Amino acid sequence: MLGDEAIALAALHAGISGVYAYPGTPSTEITEYIQRSPLAAAVHSDWCTNEKTAMEAALGVSYVGRRALVCMKHVGLNVAADAFVGSAMTGTHGGLVVVVADDPSMHSSQNEQDSRFYGRFALVPVFEPSSQQEAYDMVRVAFELSEDVRLPVLLRITTRMAHSRAVVSTAPACPPAPVSFPEDRSRWVLLPVNARRRYGELLAAQDDLERLSAVSPFNGYTPGGSKGVVACGIAHNYLMEALDGKPDRTVLKVSQYPLPRDLVRRLMDECDEVLVLEDGQPFVEEQLRGLLDTSGKVRGRLSGEVPRAGELTPDNVRAALGLPFGNHFAPSSSVVPRPPALCAGCGHRDVYEILNEVIADHPDAKVFSDIGCYTLGALPPFRAIDSCVDMGASITMAKGAADAGLFPSVAVIGDSTFTHSGITGLLDAVNSHSNITVIISDNLTTAMTGGQDSAGTGRLEAICLGVGVDPAHVRTVVPLPKNRDQIRRTIQEEIDHPGVSVIIPRRECIQTLKRKR
Amino acid sequence: MKKDIILSGVGGQGILSIAAVIGEAALTAGLHIKQAEVHGMSQRGGDVHSNLRISSAPIHSDLIPRGGADLIISLEPMEALRYVSWLRPDGWVVASSTPVVNIPTYPELGTLLAELNALPHSRVFDVEAVSASADVSRAANIVLLGAAARVLGLDFPSLQEAVRRVFGRKGEGVVEMNLKALQTGYDTYHI
Repeated sequence: MLGDEAIALAALHAGISGVYAYPGTPSTEITEYIQRSPLAAAVHSDWCTNEKTAMEAALGVSYVGRRALVCMKHVGLNVAADAFVGSAMTGTHGGLVVVVADDPSMHSSQNEQDSRFYGRFALVPVFEPSSQQEAYDMVRVAFELSEDVRLPVLLRITTRMAHSRAVVSTAPACPPAPVSFPEDRSRWVLLPVNARRRYGELLAAQDDLERLSAVSPFNGYTPGGSKGVVACGIAHNYLMEALDGKPDRTVLKVSQYPLPRDLVRRLMDECDEVLVLEDGQPFVEEQLRGLLDTSGKVRGRLSGEVPRAGELTPDNVRAALGLPFGNHFAPSSSVVPRPPALCAGCGHRDVYEILNEVIADHPDAKVFSDIGCYTLGALPPFRAIDSCVDMGASITMAKGAADAGLFPSVAVIGDSTFTHSGITGLLDAVNSHSNITVIISDNLTTAMTGGQDSAGTGRLEAICLGVGVDPAHVRTVVPLPKNRDQIRRTIQEEIDHPGVSVIIPRRECIQTLKRKR
Repeated sequence: MKKDIILSGVGGQGILSIAAVIGEAALTAGLHIKQAEVHGMSQRGGDVHSNLRISSAPIHSDLIPRGGADLIISLEPMEALRYVSWLRPDGWVVASSTPVVNIPTYPELGTLLAELNALPHSRVFDVEAVSASADVSRAANIVLLGAAARVLGLDFPSLQEAVRRVFGRKGEGVVEMNLKALQTGYDTYHI
C-alpha cells in the first residue's frame, strides 16, 4: 500500500474516532483511504474547511479523551500553526497525531519548507518514517506516546514516502477509547498565568523526550569505522541502496526527534567525518554544526556534498558518499518539458479567455490569483495571472493593491480556496469599500487534488451576501463559449462598479463529471 | 530475481494500471515490491512516470538509481526517451510510437523514434494501431504490457491471472478485453 494508506490504516487500527484534514498533495490519500474503509463506519472523516479548523477539531477530540488524526501538506501547517503550537501548550488527553507531508523538489507545491522545524518550535516529538512499514508502526506508537507524554506527536513524511507503495504487515486493531475528561482543567485555558506554568512543564518534558529518542526502536547506532553518516527518515533507504545493504561506515539512523544527543555525541567522538543525509532542509546538519561549526567535520547540504535544494535521490546520496557511478546513457537532448495544463473543456479556460479579452482594454489591470488548477492560467496560452502566493491571497492582495491605487484590481480564486481562506479577506474588502472585482471560479469541487468535496458548494452567493457584498454585485454566470458575450459584459460592468464585486462563473469540473458518467 | 522498471507516459494514459498488474503478479510470486508514483499536478496532461521495483531480496530505495533500470515501458515515445539515462546499458525499452502532441514545442517525431531505435534493446511500435486492429483500443496500455511481458521476468500465466484480479471488480467484459489486449501485445513480439 501507499505510505499514505499505511498511515491511514494504522490510525484506524489505533482506534481513532476521527480524521481531520484539508486536501493537499501529497497528504490527500490518507483521508481518502479512511473515507473508503469498511473499518471507518463510526469514524468522522468529512473534509474540513481548512487545516486550522482541522487541527482545532482534532484537539477537541483529544480533549474528550479520544484519538484523532490530523493530515495536511506542509504549507497547511502554516495555516494550522496557531492551533498546532497551542496544542503543545495545552497538551493532549486522547492521543493526537498530526501528519504533515512535505514536498521537497516542489512536485506540487510553492515551497520546500521542512516541518521538523515546526515540531522543534512547538517542542513536541517528531517521527519521520524510513519505510511504509515503519510509517504504519510509528502511527501506532505515536498515539501511545501522545497519551504517555500528553503532547501531540508530529509525523513528518515526504512525497516519496507518501506516494510509494510497499507491502505492509499490520498488528491487531485496538478499540476506540470511551469519552473521558482531563482532570486538570486549567491547562486547557491558556490565560497567561496558566500558560506560564504549562510552558515550564513543556520545557521540563524536553529531557524526557530526548531520552525516549535515545532508546527509540526507530533510531539506531551501528558502529562501522571512522566515517560517519546520519540518515534521517527516508534517507536511510537511499544510504542502504548505495551501500547495497552492507554499511562500511558508522550509521546513526534518526527517525524520532528531538535528536538523541548522546548518540550524536558518540558519533561525533568516534568519527573523523560525519555526513548528514536528510530530505528537506538542513535541520539536523545545522544542529550538529552549531553556529560556529567548531568540529569542522560535519558535511551535508550546507557544505555542498548534498545539493542545497531538492529532494534526496539514490544518485545524489551516492555522490555524497563518494561512490562511483556505473555507465548509463546520456540524457536525450530532444526531450522537452511537458507541463500540466488546464483540461480541454474546463470552465477555467473560458473564464481566462474572456477575462483576457476584457483586460486587453485596461493596460493597467492586474490579476491576483490563488492556489488551484486555475494557477495553470499563468502558463501559455493564457498568461492571465500576475500572482499566486498562498491560499486566499488573491482577494487580500487585490484589496491591498486597490487600496494603494491600482485599477482595475482583479482576484481569481477557486471555490474551495475561497472557503479555505478567502472569506475573511472578502470581509476586509467589504469593510474598506475596496474597489476590487473578485472572480470565484466555481467548479463545485476541490479539483487540483483529485475532486474532493468543496466546503461551500451551493452556498457561495449566500456567503458573499452574508459577508456584506451588495446583492446587485454578486453575479453568477455559466462559463461556456456560447455565453461569452454575456460574461464579457458582466466582467466589464463589475470592473466599472466602484466597490467590491463578486462574479461566480459556475460549471462542474470536467474530471468529476467524467467520473460520474 | 530483480527487475527495476520505469513506467512513463502522459497523464490519463493508464501507466498506473500497468503497474498494478505487474505489482499483483509480483506479489503472488512472493516477491518484494516498491513502487513510487506521481500524483497531483501531473494528472493534467503533464508527463507522468512511476518507478516499479520487484525483487526476491528486500528493496531499500523507492527510486531507481540512474543507469539502474532493466526496462522502460512507455505509452509515449518522448516520455520513453525522457528516462533513457536511467536505463542500464543492457536494458530494454518497450514503447508506443504514437505521440501525444499537447505542447507547441513537441520535437520531430522521426528524431525521437530514431533515437529510440538506436538503443541496443528497444521495441517501439504503434500501440494504437495494434490495439485498434484487435478491437481493444480502450486497453492499449495492457497491449503494451503484453509486448513487454517476455522481458519482465514474470511468467505469462501469472500476468493473465493478475489481469483477472486487478480488473475483476469492473466486470467480466473488462477482464476479457484486457486479457485479449495482453495476448495481443504478447503476440506482437517474440523477443
